[in-house]
Amino acid sequence: MEIPYVVQPRPDTGIYNAKVGIWLFLASEVMLFGALFSAYVLLRVGAVPGEWPHGWQNLTLGTINTLVLATSAITTLLAWVACKVRQFGKFKFFHACTLLLALAFLCIKSEEYREHLTHYEIQLTDGRIAEGDMRENNPQNDYVVIDGRYVADEKELYDLRAQKDPKPEEIKIPRGQIKEMQNYGPWHNDYLALYFTLTGLHALHVLGGSIVIGFLWGPGRKLWETDPEHFTNRVEVSGLFWHFVDLVWIFLFPVLYLM
Amino acid sequence: MSELKTVRQHNAQLVGESEWHEHPVDYRSYLRRCLYVFLAVLCTTALMIWISFLPHYGWPAKVGLILCVACVNAFLVAGLLMHLLSEKKMIYTLLAFVAVFFAGLMGLTIYAMHDMPLGTTFH
Repeated sequence: MEIPYVVQPRPDTGIYNAKVGIWLFLASEVMLFGALFSAYVLLRVGAVPGEWPHGWQNLTLGTINTLVLATSAITTLLAWVACKVRQFGKFKFFHACTLLLALAFLCIKSEEYREHLTHYEIQLTDGRIAEGDMRENNPQNDYVVIDGRYVADEKELYDLRAQKDPKPEEIKIPRGQIKEMQNYGPWHNDYLALYFTLTGLHALHVLGGSIVIGFLWGPGRKLWETDPEHFTNRVEVSGLFWHFVDLVWIFLFPVLYLM
Repeated sequence: MSELKTVRQHNAQLVGESEWHEHPVDYRSYLRRCLYVFLAVLCTTALMIWISFLPHYGWPAKVGLILCVACVNAFLVAGLLMHLLSEKKMIYTLLAFVAVFFAGLMGLTIYAMHDMPLGTTFH
């Protein structure tokens, strides 16, 4: 049985069916991310004044990731244009670039997660707080070592931008002095819970898009030999999804890294 | 029909144009468009970062400005890379529904922020 309107536009909508399908899917995605942004607004506005984190993210890595994703959006579009003008070699090149950029994005994101998960806030029995990157946390030793600093009040940890580049120093803390120790994972506070949820869901979308693009670049390209226009439409649909992923990041970056 | 299609595709390849697309696809003009969009995205990203470091503005002003620049950035990607500026009416109708539901979602969020139980006091 032949599936209708995979190439020719449907008379009533004026576009082929897969394109209507992807736009309907993207509409549902807008509501999914919209709900999470709504949760962000609620928690941000409801937070105690002065207790919402600023400058907790690695701005350099975030900016690099923004540029990586923007470049991948360009290469995706050029891959589709290459299909349109029937230059399959260029299509393969640009789609390979997109895949590599997606991989780079995920690697950088993993590095950011690693930074958070190895960064600790340690409350001491004398009331002080030590915070920094964990260097040594061997359960057999009766101490932990961090590269960080001491603060007298937890409020000093919220706005890191307002502080003059705190110089980390090596701090050795006996376990007997530790009241509570927690890394900067999603359980640490509302901001990090939102950060990990939003960026984690976005990274899953990057991964999903990469799988589809990888399929079109690899085994899926057989369709090019039999029906190049149908193949081109598949590239366009996957490209629309990829641009949406870029679009979400355009809002995630300022909301989580700059505000 | 398939023979006709092949010939048309062959011709399309010769002139560097597509047969099904409503507008001719010209590789060089797309390259130029992509370059402009990429440069614009670079500029808007730099602008957002610069605004976030402005010393004499409060956070509400900064948030407003940054979101405005982000919207410009999103318009460039959606309008030029996703071809939303020259889409069919069907897609615009669909997006109009999305806009209404999204506005409703954000409206409910703002409503919820002010929906306190009776007798709530603020310190």
